[in-house]
Formats: sequence, C-alpha cells, structure tokens
Amino acid sequence: MRNRIAVMAAILAFALPAWAAPADVQAPAFSLQSVDGHTVSLAQFKGQVVMINFWASWCGPCRQEMPLLDSIYKQYKDMGFTLLGVNVEPDAHGANAWLQKTPVSYPILYDPKSQVSQLYQVQAMPTTVIIDRQGVVRFVHNGYVPGDENQYMNSIRSLIVQ
Amino acid sequence: MAALCLAALPAVAGVLPEDRVDVLYHRYQGGGITVQGPSILVQKRIGDHFAVNANYYQDMISSASIDVLLSASPYKETRTQKSVGAQYLHGKTTYSAGFINSVEPDYKANTSYYSVSQDMFGDLTTVTLSYSRGWDQIYRDIKVNGVIVNDPTFHQRADHRVYGLSLSQILTRNLIGTLNYQFSSDQGYLASPYREIRFVDPNNPVGYTLAPQIYPNTRTMEAISGSLKYYLPYRAALTGKYRFFTDSWGIAAHTLQLDYVQPLRHHWTFDGNVRYYRQGAASFFSDLFPYANYSNYMARDRELAAFHSITLGVEATYAFSIPRLTWIQRSTATLSFDRMMVHYLDYRDALYSKFDPGVIKAGDEPLYTLDASIYQAFVSFYF
Amino acid sequence: MRMSCNRLRGLLVATAALVAVSACSPIQPWVKPYEREHLADAIMALDRNPISSTYLDHVFETREGARGATGAVGGGCGCN
Repeated sequence: MRNRIAVMAAILAFALPAWAAPADVQAPAFSLQSVDGHTVSLAQFKGQVVMINFWASWCGPCRQEMPLLDSIYKQYKDMGFTLLGVNVEPDAHGANAWLQKTPVSYPILYDPKSQVSQLYQVQAMPTTVIIDRQGVVRFVHNGYVPGDENQYMNSIRSLIVQ
Repeated sequence: MAALCLAALPAVAGVLPEDRVDVLYHRYQGGGITVQGPSILVQKRIGDHFAVNANYYQDMISSASIDVLLSASPYKETRTQKSVGAQYLHGKTTYSAGFINSVEPDYKANTSYYSVSQDMFGDLTTVTLSYSRGWDQIYRDIKVNGVIVNDPTFHQRADHRVYGLSLSQILTRNLIGTLNYQFSSDQGYLASPYREIRFVDPNNPVGYTLAPQIYPNTRTMEAISGSLKYYLPYRAALTGKYRFFTDSWGIAAHTLQLDYVQPLRHHWTFDGNVRYYRQGAASFFSDLFPYANYSNYMARDRELAAFHSITLGVEATYAFSIPRLTWIQRSTATLSFDRMMVHYLDYRDALYSKFDPGVIKAGDEPLYTLDASIYQAFVSFYF
Repeated sequence: MRMSCNRLRGLLVATAALVAVSACSPIQPWVKPYEREHLADAIMALDRNPISSTYLDHVFETREGARGATGAVGGGCGCN
C-alpha cells in the first residue's frame, strides 16, 4: 500500500506545470551591432510593433523557425512591424555559416556578451518577445514547436491595429 | 540464452528524439564462440508530441565454447529480438513505454518497460523513473534421432522486475553529470539447463565428476553508477563512468570506463575507450567442489566467478550526404572495434584435465583466460 | 530485500518532492539557455548511438554477473 502511494505521488508530481515568465513591462532599451556592421538600437523602432527572436545556430527549433519568421516579416513589415533576430552566440562563426546557407531578410544582431539575453531574462531557446507601439512587452513565448507561428501572427495582428 | 536488455531509451530532455534509421552489423568472436547478426533501429516523430521506435535484432550463434566442449557438443542457433516503443511529450515531461520479445529455440523472453522523465530547474536537471517487467519461458534442447528438439519434460519460468531512478545534471557550460540507481528482482529458474558443476572424485580418471548445478530461485540486485562528461575547449569530449553492483548471491562488481571523442574537420569523428571490470565470485560458486552435495546451492558458471577484464575500443565515424536524396538531412558510417581480455581468478580450464587425464590434476589446470574481438559496422540516416 | 524495498520507496518519495519543489523554485539556472552551445554539441550527447550502446551492454551483461544502471537521459540544447 505504501509502495502504491509512493508511486502515485511521484507520477502526480511529474504532472505539475512549470512557472511561466511575466510580460506587461516596459521593454528594456538596448543597442547591438548588426550583421551589416551598423549599430541598431530598440529606440529606433519606437511607434512600431517589434518582435525580438533570440536564437542560436546550435539550436534545432531556432533553425526550424527562422524561415517562417522570415515570411512573417515580409508579410507585415509595411504595416509598422519589424523583426529583430538576436543571435546569442559568443562567436559569430556559427551564425554566419548558418545565415549563408539559409539567409533571412530581417535584421540580425549579435549579442556575444549575452547582455540583451540577460536584460530580457531569456529562459529558453528560442525565445520570442513581441513589443507594442508604446514599447511595452505584450507577448513572451518560450521555445518553438510547429504551429507557434500562428500565435505570433495573432499577436502581431492585434497589436498592429492599435 | 536470452537477456533482459532494454531497447535503448532515446535521449530526451523536453525535445523528442530526432528521426533516425540505423542499420548495424555486429560480430563477437572469442573463447570458441562466434555471434554475429544485424540490428535495425528506426526512430520517428509523429506530430509534435509523439515519437515511436522499433528494433529488429538477431544473434546468430556458433558455439564451441569451453562450457560446451566440457559437457556437450558444439551447436548453432539463432536468437531473434523485436521491440517497439513510444514516447509522449507533454511540456517538460516525457512518458515512454515499450515491449521487447526475444525468441530462440530454448528461451522465450517478453519484457515490457515504462518510464517517466521530467526536466526541471531551467532544464538543467532531468529526473527519470523507470520500471520494467520480464517473463521468461525456459526450455532445454536435446537431440532426438539427430534432430534438435525441446525436451518435453523440461519447461521452466523466470520473472524479472527492474526499478530505476536516474538523474542527469548540467553542472557548468562544459560539464554534465549523471547518477543512476537500479534495483532488480529475479524469481524462478535462474540457472542454465546445460551447465554443470564438478566435484573431486578420485575414482574418476579425470579426477572429478560432473553433477547438476543447484541455483537459488530468487535474486535481488542493486547497481549504482555515476558519470561525468566534460567538453574540452578544442572541441573534444571526455567521459568518466563508475558503477558498483551488488546482489543477494554475494557478487560485488566494479566497472570503470573512460571515453574520449575527438571530431576532426568536417567529416570525421574518432572515439577511444577503456573499460575495466572486476567481479567477486558468487557465494555458491566453485570451480571444483571438494565432494558431492557440498552445499545447498552450487554453481560453476563462469559468469558468477571472480574475474577481471579490460576492454579497449576504437571507433571511427564518417559523415556524408547523399545529394540526390534531399529528404535525408545527413548520414554517417561508423566502424568500431573492441578487444575484451578476461582473466578468471578462480575458474580453471577443465578441458586440460578432460583431454589429458592424469597429466594435469583436477584443480591444477591453468586459470582460464578469454580474449574476444567485437566488431560493429553501421550506417545512420537522419531525417 | 526488505532494506532495498524501503530504500526504493524512500527514493521515490524524495523524487516526488524534488519534482514538486522544482515547479515553484527560487533556484535560478546557473547555466542560461543561451549558454548551452557546448552542451548542445553532438559529441556531448550522453548516448550518441543507442543502437551500438545497447548492443555492447548486451555483450557485457551476458558474460558478467553485473547488470544495470548503464545510462541516463538529459543534457543537450535544452531547447523548448
């Protein structure tokens, strides 16, 4: 009997959900180097809906998601929307090799010292953050599974019209 | 002879294993035995939450081993093992279950296994609970009119239960550690229908007489192991593992392993490994009992003897792509060779006194040593 | 046997407590998800070729008295 209770307790404990990250705060300001060599800062995009995607070339789901992010960028960029891909690797080598094979049209920024990753309390790879026109973080998504791009588009559509 | 071997649980940590097909040829040669055969493993995701796996494995055995030559005759047989398994991923939890069926002319084994795996503390820790249950049917082969059939008077059963708890912990950016605990319980017929013990018998020209072995019908075992895997800055990995095993038969065993992986350029990966194993004998084991009916339990199986072994292994993998088949993301071909050298400390080569009676006294035969070569060749396709 | 059963039950309850605590834990991961580049490398996988490691485990198990506690799952990129 005691054995059964112990087993049940173990299995039920596994079913507990994990704590999720909060949103609805002012998006922290930052400024990073882009792949083209320019300095890009978040303040430049005030008044636009900004989506920040934290990614790395060693992260399978990140690589899987990027072509879909590229089509989202192309679809909404003329409606006051921009997408920034923040690469978290300390060495640009991996990112550059991947971008040569699979180029994207949205800006890619390097965060080699993890300053922006820490600012945004990145808790998973990839992490997608959507900021509204007033600069408030409205949507944070950890990870990527096929189908998540629909959630991104729903969020973007509701924020673009504000 | 069958084995309760779990089909490999693919490595998961909040991500289902990647789609993969492996085709392997294996060959073991040593101590008068050759065992070879294929193994095919398929792993496939279905949707975002499910993955399935299946394995087909064969051992084609040709045996003229020391045990066979002592009291039987060389034989050939095939063991076929099939397994299927599934995994379900829900958030940070992975549930797995599977079934293994192993069939050979004198041994049928069925095993079911279940496990739950949970990622926690920012995916740095993975805890896994597992349980498996095995049901074995044991027969004995005899020759009737030159044909090998099951002895109709011999049909035994054995049950196995295995409980496992394991923990993997990311310690630093470059270091991962694991801890494993396993408790198993066997019940039923745990001996071999073909092996015998020997006791001193001055009336016999060889100096001993063979007699049936008597095994306990229960066995409980515990094993605890730990490992550390370290990433070296020039891109290589070093692994150290230690396992301690103890059971109710009085066996205590230590296993120590070191593994070094070195990738080279874009295509090659090399692996070198060393394994040291040391085992103390079971309490009812003896190579030569002093007289008949010496104790309640008696065995002379060398698997229960005191021995130590060193295994040295090397492996080379070549990564390639097949341009015309774009649905295959990448492919690898691997060759591996292991040399296992076993020195028995209390098990003697009784063939010396069998074939040279009177020249070498029973009990003075040289201690048995066994050298074996293990070959593996496999190709892997990733989708 | 009795001691092992108690030990097993104790470990089971400890595991349940560990899993329950982790769901609302103040411990922050000291290796951030964006710092897992080396751990995500294929050479750091705990079991790179399961078809080969299960075969070798079987070779040793059939010839030795010891068995079990051969592997764990975990590590990797920690993505998703």
